[in-house]
Amino acid sequence: MQKVGIIGVGQSAFVRGYEGSIRELVFEGFSEAMRDAQIKPEDIQASIICSAPEYDKQRTPAGLMAEYLGLNPQPTFYIESVCSSSSMGLRVAYSMIQAGLHDVVAVIGFQKMSEISSAESQERMGRGADIMWESPFGTMMPAYYAMHARAHMNTYGTTEEDLALIRVKAASYGQINEKAVYRKGVTLEKALESDPVSTPLKVFDCCANADGSSCIIVASEEMARKLSPKPVWILGLGAASAPINMAGRTTFSGLTCAREAAKQAYAMAGVGPEDIDVAEVHDCFTIAEMMAYEDLGFAEPGKGKELIRNKETYIGGKIPVNVDGGLLSKGHPIGATGGSQIRTITLQLRSEAGPMQVDGAKIGLVHNIGGVGIYGNVTIFGRDE
Amino acid sequence: MGFERFGTVSFVSQTKVAKFVDFLDEGSVMGTKCKSCGAKYFPPRSDCAQCLSSDMEWFEITGPGKLVTYSKLMYAPSGFEKDLPYRICVVEYADGVKVFGRISSQIPDKELAIGMDLVAVPVKLSGDKVSYEFRRP
Repeated sequence: MQKVGIIGVGQSAFVRGYEGSIRELVFEGFSEAMRDAQIKPEDIQASIICSAPEYDKQRTPAGLMAEYLGLNPQPTFYIESVCSSSSMGLRVAYSMIQAGLHDVVAVIGFQKMSEISSAESQERMGRGADIMWESPFGTMMPAYYAMHARAHMNTYGTTEEDLALIRVKAASYGQINEKAVYRKGVTLEKALESDPVSTPLKVFDCCANADGSSCIIVASEEMARKLSPKPVWILGLGAASAPINMAGRTTFSGLTCAREAAKQAYAMAGVGPEDIDVAEVHDCFTIAEMMAYEDLGFAEPGKGKELIRNKETYIGGKIPVNVDGGLLSKGHPIGATGGSQIRTITLQLRSEAGPMQVDGAKIGLVHNIGGVGIYGNVTIFGRDE
Repeated sequence: MGFERFGTVSFVSQTKVAKFVDFLDEGSVMGTKCKSCGAKYFPPRSDCAQCLSSDMEWFEITGPGKLVTYSKLMYAPSGFEKDLPYRICVVEYADGVKVFGRISSQIPDKELAIGMDLVAVPVKLSGDKVSYEFRRP
């Protein structure tokens, strides 16, 4: 089987209240990826537009974006798996290229969350769970993840301070990421003193809503070698699902969709957690990163806290995680997030991550979750020697 | 119609299991059981995902069950602000059925403990709405 590679990556700055329309927002990530790949719109054979649609008045955004980005008459369509939409888009692009349908595909993610108010946003996000049986109780994303945090603490003795340490790490790297929405440092005291949102999670345990776009240019091995001096290869893809209703879950101290996706991705890539040099995990909340350490096998179940206490997930540690600030500091524009994670790993494997660079990184991993563990995507990337 | 009476804010009005609301009126929290393979479901469903039968019967969620996990919300989505603060939870019963819901405000925070016994009790809300909440047995 041929390889499939990434030949260009781009991302807009993630900001609060983008002063432009969604087409202009998407142009920012797309144009950066095109400059990175040094290709033109006519070289893109198909585009996949990834977002969560309920933020926009625009119906069927794919048609709008393809026109604005100069991607007609090539095929374009929309992929949605809420927060993991652009990782799912990458999976579809990989499939189309492996099937021989296309040689160069653009995976474009975006979200303009500031189109609606924060309370409206929480209500819509909450409706990403079971609207018939859970939303009538007044649910929202922080509360769902908070229930996981409570279970993790009860089962493993994880503390609120352990979670705060994850925020401190994120903020230390968010400060050096010029694309991040939150660029201030956060001390342990500040994180622990912040107001409760949904116990035991506090303001600083939660990522910020943001507006942003991302773009990943994916190519067949032949085209990647022709067009790119430093292609980054997709070594393994994993994807899984879990019950949307909490009543259907078998555990609350981890995400089964992530465990299953990780198993598939490691098997396909022929590597294990010990081989990963740098990882991007879906830290929409601090507890989500803690569970990711364990679901991905970086630590045994219950031992994730040791990783953060010993700074093993910082640059220089055993397994650097989210050294671009993660969702916690970068911000989380739903549809753009997976693409931003993939961009970070691509830059890491090309040794172009600047002050965030993990020296000599050869194998990278992206863990991107949709909803409260409804959709799990784990993708493993590598480079030529 | 009828299911729009469920919960503080309901997003679904039509479902084949709308009788759930009538059972709440009568004082029972009910799940469904597949007559063909015996699979038990909460929340109730009209169709069995195990054997694909649509021949279901109602059964009562009796208890007590045990508190699996919970969280106290200090912020709420649109439409729930006046309920703040409130606590959501998952409770597991001996037969493995889990139920998602709210914990009664009668139980103080400091008395909550994972593993404690709770029972699901139907409650009337303002505006002719109904729900259920978890209380001490």
